[in-house]
Amino acid sequence: MEYLIGIQGPDFVLVAADNVAASSIIQMKHDYDKMFKLSEKILMLCVGEAGDTVQFAEYIQKNVQLYKMRNGYELSPAAAANFTRKNLAEYLRSRTPYHVNLLLAGYDDTDGPGLYYMDYLSSLAKAPFAAHGYGRFILNLPSFTVRLIDKEGIHDLEKLTSGAK
Amino acid sequence: MRQTLLVTINTASKHQYSQQGGETACSGWSLLSSPVEYAQEAVKKGSTAVGIRGKDIVVLGVEKKSVAKLQEERTVRKICALDEHVCMAFAGLTADARIVINRARVECQSHRLTVEDPVTVEYITRYIATLKQRYTQSNGRRPFGISALIVGFDYDGTPRLYQTDPSGTYHAWKANAIGRSAKTVREFLEKNYTDEAIAGDNEAIKLAIKALLEVVQSGGKNIELAVIRRNQPLKILESKEIETLVAEIEKEKEEEAEKKKQKKST
Repeated sequence: MEYLIGIQGPDFVLVAADNVAASSIIQMKHDYDKMFKLSEKILMLCVGEAGDTVQFAEYIQKNVQLYKMRNGYELSPAAAANFTRKNLAEYLRSRTPYHVNLLLAGYDDTDGPGLYYMDYLSSLAKAPFAAHGYGRFILNLPSFTVRLIDKEGIHDLEKLTSGAK
Repeated sequence: MRQTLLVTINTASKHQYSQQGGETACSGWSLLSSPVEYAQEAVKKGSTAVGIRGKDIVVLGVEKKSVAKLQEERTVRKICALDEHVCMAFAGLTADARIVINRARVECQSHRLTVEDPVTVEYITRYIATLKQRYTQSNGRRPFGISALIVGFDYDGTPRLYQTDPSGTYHAWKANAIGRSAKTVREFLEKNYTDEAIAGDNEAIKLAIKALLEVVQSGGKNIELAVIRRNQPLKILESKEIETLVAEIEKEKEEEAEKKKQKKST
């Protein structure tokens, strides 16, 4: 079971995701990074159907970069979240919907930190804290990648691990 | 019958290009034999752009057209980033350039998405050239009236400069100029592009400014300059920085003139 969590602070957003890539009962990887850097101050965390996650996340990532190239400045987190949701919604009623659950975390220079919850039915909610999945540390999920976004950008924090290997 | 048809097509092309360029009544345009040639003429009327490939830096300089009195001096950017490591300057029809630049930007991201690597400068040049060529050989469309200078660094660190023209050909250059007075600038570069001249970043930038000063009317105010250094994003120089460099160049010129005087007198 995959797990994502995000917490918005007064001037930062803290996010964490587990590091397991599993296929049924087999853990294929235990160092898998589920966070996608959309821009200097926006991170997208993505879990769900294998393949859909990377395809959808990279598609959004490249489109956010294209916006930056075309316009000379980056999309705000709110705009990026709405863009993502719109794409999910369009694909939802097609033959090829994306089964992905997302958290989008970002820092807007004018509005401050923001955390957005999205799911595979293309719902969107701005929330102070949010999570996807069941994250039982140590017993089920051995380690988590943790990152922080503030006005300086994205910072890597120490991985949470059980220490045992 | 065929002859009259040719003439009509040509005058139509002439009209298409001259209208776009803001010229009235196709004056100054003689009958040419193909739409590509008209596009090339349109390029020759555009403001000058110069590109220089240094060792650790690539430089693009353009002549800024003076704006009308009531027009806001928001810098009409003739130098545009295509991706974080590639940028281009153009000469010719600005509207046509917008289309080409947009397509190139999309292609840069598309390439990253499918191949997980940034484009090489040659790849994106080839893409732009192919796009231009398609418009020289298809029904009812006229060629893009722009030449482009494309600069950047490949991911192995090699600096590159390419030039494309409306026919869809492209070539790599060490230094080149396009637009009005391109010939004069190119001749200047042929004389002055030496290993010394591009030894350092500053020298390469000064060479670009010197080349433009040959043809630009009133000096630093009418020059826009952009540089890419290895592993760094595009940087557009502020007018203050350009003024400082222009002042340095003037000083060097004076010192050169002084030395020559002294040599003559001794």
